[in-house]
Amino acid sequence: MMLATPAARVVLILAWIYPSHALYFHIGETEKKCFIEEIPDETMVIGKYRTQLWDKLTDSFLAATPGLGMHVEIKDPDTKIILSRQYGSDGRFTFTSHTPGEHQICLHSNSTKMALFAGGKLRVHLDIQVGEHTNNYPEIAAKDKLTELQLRARQLLDQVEQIQKEQNYQRYREERFRMTSESTNQRVLWWSIAQTLILIVTGIWQMKHLKSFFEAKKLV
Amino acid sequence: MYGSFRLVLQVLSAQLLCVWVLGSELTFELPDNAKQCFYEDITIGTKCTLEFQVVTGGHYDVDCRLEDPEGTTLYKEMKKQYDSFTFTAAKNGTYKFCFSNEFSTFTHKTVYFDFQVGDDPPLFPNENRVTALTQMESACVSIHEALKSVIDYQTHFRLREAQGRSRAEDLNTRVAFWSIGEALILLVVSISQVVLLRSFFSDRKTTTTRVGS
Repeated sequence: MMLATPAARVVLILAWIYPSHALYFHIGETEKKCFIEEIPDETMVIGKYRTQLWDKLTDSFLAATPGLGMHVEIKDPDTKIILSRQYGSDGRFTFTSHTPGEHQICLHSNSTKMALFAGGKLRVHLDIQVGEHTNNYPEIAAKDKLTELQLRARQLLDQVEQIQKEQNYQRYREERFRMTSESTNQRVLWWSIAQTLILIVTGIWQMKHLKSFFEAKKLV
Repeated sequence: MYGSFRLVLQVLSAQLLCVWVLGSELTFELPDNAKQCFYEDITIGTKCTLEFQVVTGGHYDVDCRLEDPEGTTLYKEMKKQYDSFTFTAAKNGTYKFCFSNEFSTFTHKTVYFDFQVGDDPPLFPNENRVTALTQMESACVSIHEALKSVIDYQTHFRLREAQGRSRAEDLNTRVAFWSIGEALILLVVSISQVVLLRSFFSDRKTTTTRVGS
C-alpha cells in the first residue's frame, strides 16, 4: 500500500539500479577493464555500475554527462559472447550462466569525444552480486507473504542450494583436472619412448651411413 | 500528513537497505608492471576486512597496500600470495587499496579480493527490533553465519584448485610442445652431423691423392 505511490516506486527503482556506495575504480578512455567470475551453472549474476566524470571547473567528480555510456561484454567459459550491450552512464546488467566455468565481464567506455575525458579519468562504481546474494529478501517476503521465521528459512535454503551447486561444480572441475593430469602422464610416457627410439634409430643410421661412406672412399 | 511521513520513512529505509550491501568480491587480471587501485567510502567505526588471493600467474605473489583517507598506510605487504586484514575505520572518508605487479616483467596475474565493509543488511526493514530474538531466530542466525563461513571456505578452495589446474594445463601444453621440439632438434642435429663429417672427408680425399701422386 505504501509502495503504491509513484514517487516511492521511482525511488525504489533508483535504489535498485544504483550501487549507492559500492567500490569504485578509475578507468582510462580507451581502457577495457575485465572481471572474472567463476561460477557453477544456472547461477544468476547481477551487476550494477555508476559512472562519474572528472570536472576540471569544480575540481571534483560529477555525475557523467548523458551520451557517455559503457559497453558491457560478457563471455562464457567457451569465449562465446553471451551479452554485448551498450548501457548509459548508469546501468544494470544481469545474466544467468548456462555452463559452469569462468565468465568474463568486460567494461569499456564508448566515449568518442576526446574532449570529454580531457586527460582525466572516469570513475566507475561497480557492484557485482552472484548467486544467492542476488535475492532481494524484503521483496520475496512481501511477494510470498512470509513471516520472519519463514524468510530466514528461505534464506538458509538458498545458501545451502548455492553450496550444493558449488560442490557439483567442484566435482566437474576435479574431473577436468584429473583428465589433464592423465593426458600429461600419457604424453610424457609416449614421447619418452618415441624420443628414445628416434635416438637409437638415428644413431644406427649415422653409423651405417658413415661406414658405407668411408668404405666407398676406401678409407676403411 | 502522518501517512506521507510513514511513506517517506519506508522509502528511506528501503533505500538504506540497498546502500548496506557493501561486500565486494571481484577477480580481475593485473597485467605485468601494472597497478590497480580500488576506493571505497567508509564511515567511522565500521569494521572492515580485506582478503586477497592470487589465482594464476608467475610465483603467485602480488604487492598489496591499504591506505586511509589521509594517506597513512594501514597495511602494506610485498609479494604476498594470500592474506586477510581486518581493521576498524578510524576516520570518515575514502579508503584506498592497491594491488601492484610492478616487480614482474612478463607474467600477468589474476587476483581475487573480498572487501567486506560493516555487517550484512538485516533481513527485514524492521521497526520493532527492540525485542530479543527467539530461540528459533537465534538458531537461524547462527546457521546463517556458519553457512557464510562454509561458502567462504569453498571460495578459497576453488581458487586454490584453479591455481593447481592452471599449472597442470600449462604443464600439459609445455610437455607436448617441448617433446615435438626436441624430436625435431634431434633429427636435425643428427643429419647435420653426418653432412658435416662427409664434407670434412670429401676435401681431405682430394688433397691426399694429390700429395700421393
